[in-house]
Amino acid sequence: MSMTNKMEQKRMHPHKFTLWVAIGSLLMMFAGLTSAFIVKSNQVNWKPVAMPVWFTISTILMLLSSGTMQLALKGFRERVMRNYRLWMWVTLGLGAAFVASQWIGFQELWSKQVTFQGAGAGQFLYVIFGLHALHVIAGVIVLLVMAIRSFVGSVKSYNTVPVEIAATYWHFVDLLWIYLFVFFWVVGGGQ
Amino acid sequence: MNEAVKTSAAVSEGAHVAHPHEQAHEHHHETFVSKYIFSMDHKTIGKQFLITGIVWAIIGGLFSVLFRLQLGYPEESFPILETFFGEWAKGGQIQPEFYYGLVTIHGTVLVFFVLTAGLSGTFANLLIPLQVGARDMASPFLNMLSYWFFFLAGVVMLSSIFVHTGPASGGWTMYPPLSALRQAGDGQKLGADLWLISMSLFIISSLLGGLNYIATILNMRTKGMSMTRLPLPIWAMFFTAVLGVLSFPVLLSGAILLLFDRNLGTSFYLSDIVVNGEILPNEGGSAILYQHLFWFLGHPEVYIILLPAMGMVSEILSVNSRKPIFGYMAMLGSLFAICILAFLVWAHHMFVTGLNPFLGSVFVLLTLLIAVPSAIKVFNWITTIWRGNIRFTPATLFAIGFVSLFISGGLTGIFLGNSTIDIHLHDTMFVVAHFHIVMGVASFFGMFAGVYHWFPKMFGRYLNNTMAYMHFWVTMIGSYLIFWPMHYQGLAGVPRRYLDKRGWVSFNDFADLDKMITVVSIVVFAAQLLFVFNFFYSIFKGRKVRTANPWGANTLEWTTPIRPGHGNWEGDIPEVHRWPYDYGKDGREFIPQTEPVGAQETKSH
Repeated sequence: MSMTNKMEQKRMHPHKFTLWVAIGSLLMMFAGLTSAFIVKSNQVNWKPVAMPVWFTISTILMLLSSGTMQLALKGFRERVMRNYRLWMWVTLGLGAAFVASQWIGFQELWSKQVTFQGAGAGQFLYVIFGLHALHVIAGVIVLLVMAIRSFVGSVKSYNTVPVEIAATYWHFVDLLWIYLFVFFWVVGGGQ
Repeated sequence: MNEAVKTSAAVSEGAHVAHPHEQAHEHHHETFVSKYIFSMDHKTIGKQFLITGIVWAIIGGLFSVLFRLQLGYPEESFPILETFFGEWAKGGQIQPEFYYGLVTIHGTVLVFFVLTAGLSGTFANLLIPLQVGARDMASPFLNMLSYWFFFLAGVVMLSSIFVHTGPASGGWTMYPPLSALRQAGDGQKLGADLWLISMSLFIISSLLGGLNYIATILNMRTKGMSMTRLPLPIWAMFFTAVLGVLSFPVLLSGAILLLFDRNLGTSFYLSDIVVNGEILPNEGGSAILYQHLFWFLGHPEVYIILLPAMGMVSEILSVNSRKPIFGYMAMLGSLFAICILAFLVWAHHMFVTGLNPFLGSVFVLLTLLIAVPSAIKVFNWITTIWRGNIRFTPATLFAIGFVSLFISGGLTGIFLGNSTIDIHLHDTMFVVAHFHIVMGVASFFGMFAGVYHWFPKMFGRYLNNTMAYMHFWVTMIGSYLIFWPMHYQGLAGVPRRYLDKRGWVSFNDFADLDKMITVVSIVVFAAQLLFVFNFFYSIFKGRKVRTANPWGANTLEWTTPIRPGHGNWEGDIPEVHRWPYDYGKDGREFIPQTEPVGAQETKSH
């Protein structure tokens, strides 16, 4: 770590710092779940799960939304409210589309007899992806509130911190999805 | 400037200007609701946690008295119990299902609601901003949410006691398959679901709190307050919060999987089960998986409970023996070591679950390693009061009591940490005795010490000393009388959680001992009610605090006005120039942290 990096850390806004600690905490929850997955995959009657193509589409949507989130942040930093609003709406649209693609993927799995019965990776998939989707939904709601707020009321002081926090959270949810996707792909045997 | 008579007004000259937006807090118009109910002031939130914790402690304590009645007098009938509990105490005797419910709620409530939320919720909220020199927490709003999630968790838990089929009764650990199957008993029906929901809310509460504590300690310290100038309670709260933030989410994932197993037919923890003649379709689950997830939180939880008490005891012993804390850096190091080891010992709760013995031996080693930082801390507390000019305030007595209990309870931990001895001792009264002394009673002593010491800061009044001394001596002697004999019971093989041991000839020798324990526990419970009376009486009628710094302490909370408003300091936040333990230095009794180091001063830290 260079000196400048350390200096930046020192000046970090408390709310941003809180988010980073929260991310650590959320990571522990998913680490707990994925390690439970590994422990259980050594039990008898374990069935791997093949992931539907919809989850690949989810991945593309999520990656795209990270890019658009960054564009929204850029718009806000440069004080081009038109761009900020536009990219916020696109991002939260992509987020909603992500959740929808997850739902369709779940339904496809369910129709292929991957249900809560028996044992196997499928049960974990619903719980882990479901919990991740809940975090995406929370993010979509936050973005929605911020996007609506940018139309109503007057701004007393121009503060980039809330948008930066939302962006960090969004990227975290994106990276978390990549981790889970790869995890299920490699460990869950789901090509 | 006269160095000796430095008041908080003089201090503010040298103070820096804090973040401009923080000043705004002081000018809010506050209604009753915003000041006392949905308050964002960390001090009020701390008091809310404390008073809610007291209510839960009374409930949890009362439950223990109820099942102690059953254990001490299994043949006796208490008609009054039937009056209150109806069919749960048919014929005036506590019924088995209800007994398990009492044990479960007693454990859950005291471990989580009292000694986690009531202890760190209270003192982290009260002390962190005051002692690091901040106007409030990093996020007062999240802080308020933290309390209200806790409140909600309490409402759900309380309602589970009034459910027709009774509260959760799978023990505070809620091991599946018992807790995962409705068919297994009345207490595994709605009560268990409410327990899981309540705990999930509680976990959210403690995460929101923990995030705030960490962010505040690392980000909001006043000028000059370097990390090695932090008072020890703050360090302890910091490690507590780190433990909580990293381990509670794992319990949450365990609880979510259990909810799925209970309600949606998944088989995370269930496999090949026949219950009441019915063969269940579940396959491939692992009950041990839950134990891993549970104890990955469960063991750090022990230190979540203990560390705040350790921190406050360090502070109180130093202040009241008018001596610097012995080995400040060793205290930090041992806190850090405990924090790391806390994550590496969880399987010592699982020695007899079929854990690989070679793996078990690794956990034995790591478990016994905790004795090292624990011994360092004990040594430092004793050397801190050694040849000190001790003021035996109630807080000091409780702090010394904490050290005594921590030693007694810690030593039996060495027995239990050995997997071979644990084969004999696990699930006996020995375990009950061990964790009640080292974690339960000791942390309660830390909490009482904290309440007696910081009550003047919380309410601007003192607690009544006569009642406090009675409270101390009854609790101190009573705790040993209650828990010491349980070691012998455990060594003789008496199992825990049995409501009636008359049927076993080998466990029959302790009937009179059990009676004695029951009588003492009623007396000790009465002493706690005396404390509760003292607490609420003194809020309104206690002797008023007249000086800003009644204990002659160095830390920043005593530079605030006697009854600080939201924002804590009236002027600027004071600047810190030294560590908090300059007691009895250069012929002066104490030198507050706000006083610049003099040119002639001897070097200490």
